Amino acid sequence: MSGPNTDYDPVEVTPLKPEEVESARDAALAAIAAASDLAELKQVRIDHTGDRSPLALANREIGALPPQARKEAGQRIGQARGAVAKALGERQAVLEVEHEERILVEETVDVTLPTDRARPGGRHPITLQSELIADIFVAMGWEIAEGPVVEAEWLNFDALNLGPDHPARTLQDTFWTEPVDHHVVLRTQTSPVQARTMLTRTPPIYVACPGRVFRTDEYDATHSPMFHQVEGLVVDEGITMAHLKGSLDHLAGQLFGAGIDTRFRPSYFPFTEPSAEVDVRCFVCRGVDSAECRTCRGEGWIEWGGCGVVNPRVLTACGVDSERYTGFAFGMGIDRSFMFRHDLEDLRPLFEGDVRFSAAFGTEI
Amino acid sequence: MKTPLSWIKDYVDVPADVTTAELTERLTMTGLKLESIHSPGADITGPLVVGRVLTMDPEPQKNGKTINWCTVDVGDANGTGEPQGIVCGAHNFAPGDLVAVVLPGGVLPGGFAISARKTYGHVSAGMICSARELGLGEDHDGIIVLPEGSGEPGQDVRPLLGLDEEIIELEVNPDRAYGLSLRGIARDVEVSVAGASGFRDPALRETPPADDAGWPVEVEDPEGCPVFVARTVSGFDPTAPTPDFIAQRIQAAGMRPISLAVDVTNYVMLETGRPIHGYDADKVQGTVRVRRARDGETLTTLDGTRRQLSAEDLVVTDDSGIIGLGGVMGGETTEMSATTTRVLVESAHWDATSMFRTGKRHKISSEAGKRNERGVDPTICEAAADRVVELLTTYGGATADPGHTVVGTPPTAAPITMAASLPARISGLDVDADQVVADLEAVGCTVERDGDRLTATPPPWRPDVRDPHDLVEEVVRLRGYDRIPSVLPKAPGGRGLTRAQALRRRVGRTLAGAGWVEVVDFPFVGDADLDALGLPADDPRRSVLRLSNPLSAEAPAMTTTLLPALLRTAARNVGHGTTSVAIFETASVTLPRSTGPAPILPVDRRPTDAELAALVEALPDQPLHLGLVATGDAVPAGWWGAGRPVDWSDAVGAVRAVADALGLALTTRPAALAPWHPGRCAELLLGDVVVGHAGELHPRVCTTFGLPARSVAAEVDLEVLLEHAVHLRPAPAFSTYPVAKEDVALVVDASVPAGDVEAALREGAGELLESLRLFDVYTGDQVGEGRKSLAFNLRFRAPDRTLTEDDIVGAREAAVALAAELTGAQQRS
Repeated sequence: MSGPNTDYDPVEVTPLKPEEVESARDAALAAIAAASDLAELKQVRIDHTGDRSPLALANREIGALPPQARKEAGQRIGQARGAVAKALGERQAVLEVEHEERILVEETVDVTLPTDRARPGGRHPITLQSELIADIFVAMGWEIAEGPVVEAEWLNFDALNLGPDHPARTLQDTFWTEPVDHHVVLRTQTSPVQARTMLTRTPPIYVACPGRVFRTDEYDATHSPMFHQVEGLVVDEGITMAHLKGSLDHLAGQLFGAGIDTRFRPSYFPFTEPSAEVDVRCFVCRGVDSAECRTCRGEGWIEWGGCGVVNPRVLTACGVDSERYTGFAFGMGIDRSFMFRHDLEDLRPLFEGDVRFSAAFGTEI
Repeated sequence: MKTPLSWIKDYVDVPADVTTAELTERLTMTGLKLESIHSPGADITGPLVVGRVLTMDPEPQKNGKTINWCTVDVGDANGTGEPQGIVCGAHNFAPGDLVAVVLPGGVLPGGFAISARKTYGHVSAGMICSARELGLGEDHDGIIVLPEGSGEPGQDVRPLLGLDEEIIELEVNPDRAYGLSLRGIARDVEVSVAGASGFRDPALRETPPADDAGWPVEVEDPEGCPVFVARTVSGFDPTAPTPDFIAQRIQAAGMRPISLAVDVTNYVMLETGRPIHGYDADKVQGTVRVRRARDGETLTTLDGTRRQLSAEDLVVTDDSGIIGLGGVMGGETTEMSATTTRVLVESAHWDATSMFRTGKRHKISSEAGKRNERGVDPTICEAAADRVVELLTTYGGATADPGHTVVGTPPTAAPITMAASLPARISGLDVDADQVVADLEAVGCTVERDGDRLTATPPPWRPDVRDPHDLVEEVVRLRGYDRIPSVLPKAPGGRGLTRAQALRRRVGRTLAGAGWVEVVDFPFVGDADLDALGLPADDPRRSVLRLSNPLSAEAPAMTTTLLPALLRTAARNVGHGTTSVAIFETASVTLPRSTGPAPILPVDRRPTDAELAALVEALPDQPLHLGLVATGDAVPAGWWGAGRPVDWSDAVGAVRAVADALGLALTTRPAALAPWHPGRCAELLLGDVVVGHAGELHPRVCTTFGLPARSVAAEVDLEVLLEHAVHLRPAPAFSTYPVAKEDVALVVDASVPAGDVEAALREGAGELLESLRLFDVYTGDQVGEGRKSLAFNLRFRAPDRTLTEDDIVGAREAAVALAAELTGAQQRS
């Protein structure tokens, strides 16, 4: 770099001539305009604004001018360099946009390719159905009670007014564990959970008991040695069959759609008296022009479960004051409810574990 | 219970405008549920008419048979009025007889279409029908010969044969034993069908007074047999046919007509509900006695079965020994036969519980037993016997012998006291006391009323009515179950799902979200399954609770492990063409404890806490397990590149994901446990507690279950994880000072578990260590034979300051030093 021009040198410096400066500026501007990509522009920047560029070199000569000439030359060079810098910036912006657009075009993928890298998981529809039913009861303020599937005979039968010689015992084909005189069975119903609840809690009791139950039924399209039940139990002061009807109507409406209600028919269960069979209004035909309805087979109603007023003998065995409290209980098949809710005629897919079955329901039904 | 509708109407008047559908709907709504309605003639179509045989010419055939070429007057039914020519192979009729003729165009049961066809040299235009051809019975050789005067040729024969009958089948619950009789059904029709009236009780009849002139009977066990009535008839014609109406009715009820004497006892049983036994009186020797059997005694019953009797069985004896299993089945030696001319009629009341036990013990399910074990009206023994005598004399030419033996007196029903308001209080229906009394009287109760207190004595045919609630049900069924209002009860504020219930859902969702599919399997297992897992003889999982009546001999016990069923299910999926499978199940397993029996506790009071504890203690342990099995690809191959087959770490990872969802961190260490690969099985620990195992399955197990090699599995005690799940997680505090990242590579003996090295590093690094992650495992020449290099990424950070170089180096060196000390690790240069 030249030192400050302390001595007056009258010689005119060529690079600082206006025409030279204009020429360098114009050359730079032309080169900038001609740069077709960022790499070329970078070279242009080096060539025309770098240390060895004409304008940089000219700038360096300013100090050699007499003081009175410096201002004019400085202005001239400054303007030229400013114009070049501005053009460079503008061109840079344009080329960056072009570059980005080109990259994005180049990076185009086929978004119709499959994306199934992750296995689809799923929960079992009976689990989901049980949870859905549990949620309906929980929303009513009830709680969900559970108990073991290998159960004491006394809790599965005797406490429920099914004494050893009760004819109804033969209606439920029971799995007995060995040795038989140990009085341990696979529960045939979730009712022992009701007994356990009454034995361990004091009224008011509002519980639903979903769970697995067992009967010695040969496995076919409509029978399974293991199936799922949900039972309900309410023990409180002033409970009547009207409350039973109200609870089942509510459950039916929640499960099968608004307006779906239930119908009671007299029946017999040892643990309830009076007892009733519950039919639920067919949610497909709603009982209107049922003749052709496949779901209810023309009945307008679908058999759903059993229910009744808790037999005071059961209350007594379970330590509930039957003078003060009354209660109701009901039970229905979860598998069965699922089957007609989802139009499944053969129950076996529920227990055969084909992943295509469960996966079809995902994590909610 | 099946019965022709017309039979019911013998005992009760039903308005003509009440349809069968309406009548059965009312029965259903009052407790006798309609199962089905069918008509025996339902599958007969076309012309089936009365014909009179005009001529009958026997024509012997070359095949040895003789056929009859008949002409039959069928009136105008054939459109011409000319006699119809019909070939008939049967011979039990004669010219002049009235017969049932199906004409061409008719279709008989089984889709048997009748047309005019050439046979035996004639054109046979129709068929003369037997009972079997019309679906009326098994008796083929008998052409039906109609009674003279019963109809005119050409007239539809269906009504004459009961083919247009409607037979209704009712489901009779155990508490409505009276519904197993026409008497009971007709009574319910009267009380439940609007307009029905005039019930005529078939068991209400004048019977001759008891005397000492009858067959001698002694009852040694009046509790087992409170009433024993014996009557005899003589001069019975054993060849007398059963009248059509009796045969048709017992057949409609699903029983087989046998002989007049037997059919009559069955008919009276259906009519009154009271089972009757008839003995060939000439085969009964001396006094008839009722007693309990003695152990070791035997009896050959009517069905030809020799039965070993027990001291609880009630038996009927004579001088020769035991002649019947009382109330259940008669004996062979005194059976009525084709030569019986004297009949001893037994009409006895038996203790229902004894009947139930004897039926169960000897596996006898008979129409008599069904009624006796549910409870029969004890007051109608004499009436029923008298009715049998009446029918035997009317249709069998017999004479009633003098003498009428009645031993014992019928038990009486205990009165029940009840508040008149109870039915309203229980049902939610508005029922006043007058209505309650009226309803109870309608079903046969005798009611006394004292203000709000009612004392009702149930009728003798309702042994099931014992409690106030039984009376309530009678009132409610007559008021109408369909009138019960619908009122949602207001539960007190609930506590929602229990924590365990909520967490189980979380576990399921976690696994489903990670690509696992939930399955539900039966919990039954057999030795072969446990062998297939390769469990050693002393494996605790071999200690199973056996079922005494399993459905399958292959799976006779409750399983201790979820794996056999899951492995089978996985293999089934592969068999169905799903080659990549990841399934899980959460279910309880049954782990027997050596305990005594579960007591049978009293039911007339709450058991004590100690009694209940003993009950629960007697049950096996039933912890909730989580099992999972995967095979095939964890990630499938695709346009993104190669797939990744499942490996042991997928099984461990899935369990870790579950633990993580519960706020728990599991550690692992190598283990060797069936059914896993001994070198690829991780023991999963929560703190010091082993909660389960995961890893790659033993190759032999894969082969045995038909699974692809390198399938993986895990099983953990979910109960333990749920118990320890973190409830309230504290909000995390994290530092925003700069992180310092340090990598170290440590060379250890190949047998040293990475987990041990990691644990040592963590401990050595101290509290400045924020996280540590193993990112590479190298074996090869650069580290030498039997050695491996483990590369860890360590992140250091302090909560309150930027770490200095000295801090970082110090912590790293301390970590490496401890790893060196505990695992022999050398830092790789």
